[in-house]
Amino acid sequence: MLMPTPDSRVIARRADIATALRRMLPADSVIDAEDARRAYECDALTAYRQSPMLVVLPRSTEEVSLILAYCHGEGIKVVPRGAGTSLSGGALPLADGVLLGLGKFNRILDIDFANRCVTAQPGVTNLAITQAVAGAGFYYAPDPSSQIACSIGGNVAENSGGVHCLKYGLTTNNLLGVEMVLMNGEVVRLGGKHFDSGGYDLMGIVTGSEGLLGVITEVIVRILAKPPHARALLLGFDANETAGACVAAIIADGIIPAGMEMMDRPAIHAAEDFVHAGYPRDVAALLIVELDGTLAEVDELVGKVEAIARQSGAVSVRSSTSEAERARFWAGRKAAFPAVGRISPDYFCMDGTIPRKKLSEVLTRMAEMAARYGLRVANVFHAGDGNLHPLILYDANRPGDLEKAEAFGADILKLCVAVGGVLTGEHGVGVEKRDLMGTMFSDVDLDQQLRLKCAFDPGGLLNPGKVFPVLHRCAEMGRVHIQRGVTRFPELPRF
Amino acid sequence: MGKLIKPRDAKETAEAIAWAAADKVALELIGAGTKRDLGRPVAADHVLDLSALAGVRDYEPAELVLTAGTGTKIAEIESMLTAANQELAFEPPDWGPIWGAEAGEATLGGIIACNLSGPRRIKAGAARDHLLGVAAVSGRGEIFKAGGRVVKNVTGYDLCKLLAGSYGTLAALTEVSVKVLPRPEKLRSVLVFGLNAEKAVAAMAAALNSPNDVSGAAYLPRPIAAVTGVARVVDPGTSVVALRVEGTEASALARNDALRELLGPFGPIEELHGMNSSRFWRGIRDATHFVAGENTIWRISVPPAEGARVALAIADSLEAYFYLDWGGGLIWLSAPERSDGGAKIIHAAIAGCGGHATLIRASAAVREAVPVFEPQAPALAALSRRVKEAFDPLHILNPGRMYADR
Repeated sequence: MLMPTPDSRVIARRADIATALRRMLPADSVIDAEDARRAYECDALTAYRQSPMLVVLPRSTEEVSLILAYCHGEGIKVVPRGAGTSLSGGALPLADGVLLGLGKFNRILDIDFANRCVTAQPGVTNLAITQAVAGAGFYYAPDPSSQIACSIGGNVAENSGGVHCLKYGLTTNNLLGVEMVLMNGEVVRLGGKHFDSGGYDLMGIVTGSEGLLGVITEVIVRILAKPPHARALLLGFDANETAGACVAAIIADGIIPAGMEMMDRPAIHAAEDFVHAGYPRDVAALLIVELDGTLAEVDELVGKVEAIARQSGAVSVRSSTSEAERARFWAGRKAAFPAVGRISPDYFCMDGTIPRKKLSEVLTRMAEMAARYGLRVANVFHAGDGNLHPLILYDANRPGDLEKAEAFGADILKLCVAVGGVLTGEHGVGVEKRDLMGTMFSDVDLDQQLRLKCAFDPGGLLNPGKVFPVLHRCAEMGRVHIQRGVTRFPELPRF
Repeated sequence: MGKLIKPRDAKETAEAIAWAAADKVALELIGAGTKRDLGRPVAADHVLDLSALAGVRDYEPAELVLTAGTGTKIAEIESMLTAANQELAFEPPDWGPIWGAEAGEATLGGIIACNLSGPRRIKAGAARDHLLGVAAVSGRGEIFKAGGRVVKNVTGYDLCKLLAGSYGTLAALTEVSVKVLPRPEKLRSVLVFGLNAEKAVAAMAAALNSPNDVSGAAYLPRPIAAVTGVARVVDPGTSVVALRVEGTEASALARNDALRELLGPFGPIEELHGMNSSRFWRGIRDATHFVAGENTIWRISVPPAEGARVALAIADSLEAYFYLDWGGGLIWLSAPERSDGGAKIIHAAIAGCGGHATLIRASAAVREAVPVFEPQAPALAALSRRVKEAFDPLHILNPGRMYADR
């Protein structure tokens, strides 16, 4: 993984930069001691590590604005960081960059039931928002598996999803407003407690921009009334193909479940060994289908899904009859990552999305690749929306294993693109998939995205080295070379 | 006299825009042209007509995705979807008649470019939330794509969101992929009669804050209720709050009953079934009740709890009619013509609570003179201008359509 070459002249000024930042912030908000900086050397993609030049921990929008304006003026790179749970290295520090941590932005500012929204600082955890409104019967719908730790600001940066986004959408579909500081220190507010934008949908573009366009300092999200009932089904199949066909049949019947998850045999065994959820060990694939809504609706839909599952050739069909049983069905799925962590020293979690109809083809080819690379792979995925999470098992202490795992992961993602899918469904490009962007986008496509980056950050100082494989100078990108289409254009039909 | 250029595919579209860029002449982008008078008057030399980029390229019901040329008519797409028991869940409105065009002519590209949605916005989102991928031509005459054909995708910037609602000022959309969803089996609307605007918003909030999954929440004051053409709404001779539930039969009926019970304390209750219910919501979606005449029409998005207060303040000052959609979060307003279209009073009324107002119908002179889209703070205006130039550095695509200076 090649990051932009650190600027040794900037690193040489570390002490001066720290002094300048301490004039803007309380002394303990600027961290320059080596051992303290090392705590920030990676996010949840632990394969890549780099100690930042300095760490700053501002408490207010004004402080963020001062820091960014200063770094902008001095040409110093900045890497924003929320809770550091990114699986794609979005918060990987730079040796010549300031790491801007938003951990002190940890307050919920406003709970507004009349407008069904919550205003929170970006460091508030995803789950804390739901907990703050649960007593009144509300919840915040996007629920990434890391929701106990991940921050809402990070959710905006990554456009995080979760198990329930099949029915309730991703972060972008549940976000109403943000306050954001641009790299030049300017503060802009996008959206509010109302719907849609009066001008360009800049909030839409900032969501999922992986910290490259601005630093989020406030977030307004929609909250929803919690469905009164939910039931889950646990469906076992003796082949991945039949499980995939069942997923398609449920959707073809007009049912959009609240969640529809699939696990393959290695993932089932790992999870069952770990949490003893009662999963059948003799099946090749397991589907967990959750239905929510009113009692009448849930019972009706559970009946329909049971029938569809039997027609699709399910070898075991169980429907939850209590909250405890529903939780048990989910326990194995929710513990799938740590369960795999128990059977392998290290694993890479991939994140491609594919058209649902390609599921069995992709699983078959993935098994062939696993044999070729000599690495094991366990699959858990959001089957309803075709978002795969293959877990590649490897041992970082075995020479060559990491490189093999990286190559295997890249092959899986290339396969996803080749069958009509995309590189990443919810984890982001970060550094992990950066060099694969060319498999999905042409140079023209990527240049257009980079020009948008230039509109927000012309100096390329905010989170450089992430998302885009090649960086150009904005002045270069902005030049207009138009090739006049002299030959064919005069023949266009006109009236 | 300007030319009308009608490319047949993306390549010809790119050639046309490259030609315009080389000659530094401006283009007005149109699909069917039904919403040509929505926005500021465009200062263009020629018209780029995208209506020939038509046809559904790929539709896979089991994948919940449809890909079509942007010139494809919404009506054609909807009949195809209906046959597979699916729909565009954001309820693309049919606004042509507002400006004197025929109904049923709107194109998919036009709906996306204006990011429109109907009453189901509160549950299903706007056009932007259903746009999965685009192919487009920038103001540089370059063909680029963004997004994909799958629902879950965070690969690169989400240019789809930006292009939706950019009114053809960033790029010419040539092909789009949209998410489609199952069509609900049953539809019921619960009506509550005789409430004033504040009580109506409270009733809608009670319904929206309940777990009954309401997919439409509107309030029609008496003069508007009287012209809906739906007897059950007209006959009581008073205002009406309407709450829509959709889903499987058992579910819709159960939630209908739950809402009747919840809203009983607010006033007399009725319900609308099937065809009547569809017609009622179509009227709300298309502002059918404001189409006749020459009145100035505004569409104002505010925090829902502020809807009644803001609407009443404006309606009082401008002697305007109004109705509320989105649980109070959307104000449709029809006012007698004025030199500023009422812009000053409207912007002042929403300044306190946040939101934005769009001037939907007014004379070209008024649309030239007052902000059609919400005025922006300086930092945001400067950023928006830089975004425009990232796609259209020479300002040749729909110049002036959204703002006078870009």
